[in-house]
Amino acid sequence: MTALVIAEHDNKTLSDATAKTVTAAAKVSSPVHILVAGSDCAAVAQAAAGIAGVEKVLLADDARYARMLAETMETLILSVAEPYEAILAPATTTGKNYLPRVAAKLDTPQISEIIAVLAPDTFERPIFAGNAVETLQAPAGKKIITVRTTTFAAAGSGGSATIEKIAAAPDPGLSSFVEENLSMSARPELTSAKIVISGGRGLGSAENFKLLDTIADRLGAAVGASRAAVDAGYVPNDFQVGQTGKAVAPELYLAIGISGAIQHLAGMKDSRVIAAINKDSEAPIFQLADFGLVEDLFKAIPELNDELAKRGIGQKA
Amino acid sequence: MKVLVPVKRVIDFNLKVRVKADQSGVELANVKMSMNPFDEIAVEEAIRLKEKGKVTEVVIVSIGPSQAQDTIRTALAMGGDRGILVKTDGPVEPLAVAKLLKAICDAEKPGLVLTGKQAIDSDANQTGQMLAALLGWGQGTFAHSLELSGSDVKVAREIDGGLQTVSLRLPAVVTTDLRLNQPRYASLPNIMKAKKKPIAEKSPAELGVDVTPRFKVLKVSEPARRAAGVKVKTVAELVDKLAEAGVLS
Repeated sequence: MTALVIAEHDNKTLSDATAKTVTAAAKVSSPVHILVAGSDCAAVAQAAAGIAGVEKVLLADDARYARMLAETMETLILSVAEPYEAILAPATTTGKNYLPRVAAKLDTPQISEIIAVLAPDTFERPIFAGNAVETLQAPAGKKIITVRTTTFAAAGSGGSATIEKIAAAPDPGLSSFVEENLSMSARPELTSAKIVISGGRGLGSAENFKLLDTIADRLGAAVGASRAAVDAGYVPNDFQVGQTGKAVAPELYLAIGISGAIQHLAGMKDSRVIAAINKDSEAPIFQLADFGLVEDLFKAIPELNDELAKRGIGQKA
Repeated sequence: MKVLVPVKRVIDFNLKVRVKADQSGVELANVKMSMNPFDEIAVEEAIRLKEKGKVTEVVIVSIGPSQAQDTIRTALAMGGDRGILVKTDGPVEPLAVAKLLKAICDAEKPGLVLTGKQAIDSDANQTGQMLAALLGWGQGTFAHSLELSGSDVKVAREIDGGLQTVSLRLPAVVTTDLRLNQPRYASLPNIMKAKKKPIAEKSPAELGVDVTPRFKVLKVSEPARRAAGVKVKTVAELVDKLAEAGVLS
């Protein structure tokens, strides 16, 4: 039997969320096929074909898939779904958007945001903002799954899958793309960065939040935020780390002025090393930080920058 | 135009949930229950649309035990016009919820369904999308703002890279994200008035939907805990530790 993974990409580059989803998929069913739906996205299909363990890449290259809108993705995935034992997508805002439509049309319940595959029909997923973990057994039949990619390693490279072009499916004409306002940043993407520096309400203002930029640039880190900081308007929504924002698992997560609400912790607790700077020694973040420094962040941030500079760590002043 | 707002009764978001010792679920006895916060945002948005004259009626729906009536009353006190309770015992999975809501939409014929992007108990993030698919409607998930105009609704969506705006043909389903609005508190007079607003009661059987769970929950456990590490005294010591751990390259 075979699993189908829906690729995550921006029509130019394949997101590594895809290779991570392939790892989860292979535990459910193999071999693995990948569906690349996009516009002028041949390079993405090439990259997908190079993922180890992938047998075939289906390529639907058509203008209607440029933004992977849920309504057009639904008819496309349904047009190829029949032979697959499992259909998986990364639990990104794109995957979460289209996959439940597919599940509903197939009359198959969906398993959201799995963090482990215990058996081909048994999965673990976080519930209650990460306060509990549910172990679920799915009924016989197709498995429709979104994958929390931070808990799966990316499948390797070196594959040489065949690429098969497939026809576009009918556009139901329910929705159209208007515009996108993406945060432009030269920094790495939050979900795949090796180092993430996140700020919380402790930063106090959008202006102060920029203090993190110098250190982030020095370390080549992505900048994240707690929900409190996003709600306060210091940074845009796409910075949010947490159960309702993004889940991240970098090598180093540096939490600055973040108290550590449970829903924030749910989104970063899989990081390899967590360091926290907060002036409140009772902040919950210290209960899971590997290294905690009780200090006023406005004193600590410049000191940290100087200390890194002194030791020649990172790129520039 | 009529707006339908499905709301869910969940453990209050301020409470710390506790996993039961026998791993059969989380402790629900004597625990404060409230409206799912994302649904509260949906109720608020529907009421604002009515206040702007873009919507004529706000219908609140909840699927759950008889106490879910309290959740509907809360939404009616905020400004909803009437309620529908689909009474069920035990958990109802998102696909079954979507089927129940579809049956209600078939009867009520709303121009817009507004609901939360996910419930904070099961965190599934499925119901709105499934409902849209079953109805053959477009969807605007994770709404940051929305604009109703004639036969369309424009929805700015919170996506991983920023904001994406889509235009949907009505009727459509819109699911709310946190930044859409700040829900109001119901005033005492409105709470009193809400007690007189009608709530119809229906059963899944009347709506022709089998709500038997399809999944088997094998267990619900505590998440793996990270042990607390060490406190350092200075920034220099912190950098030492991070360098030792090999995470600063």
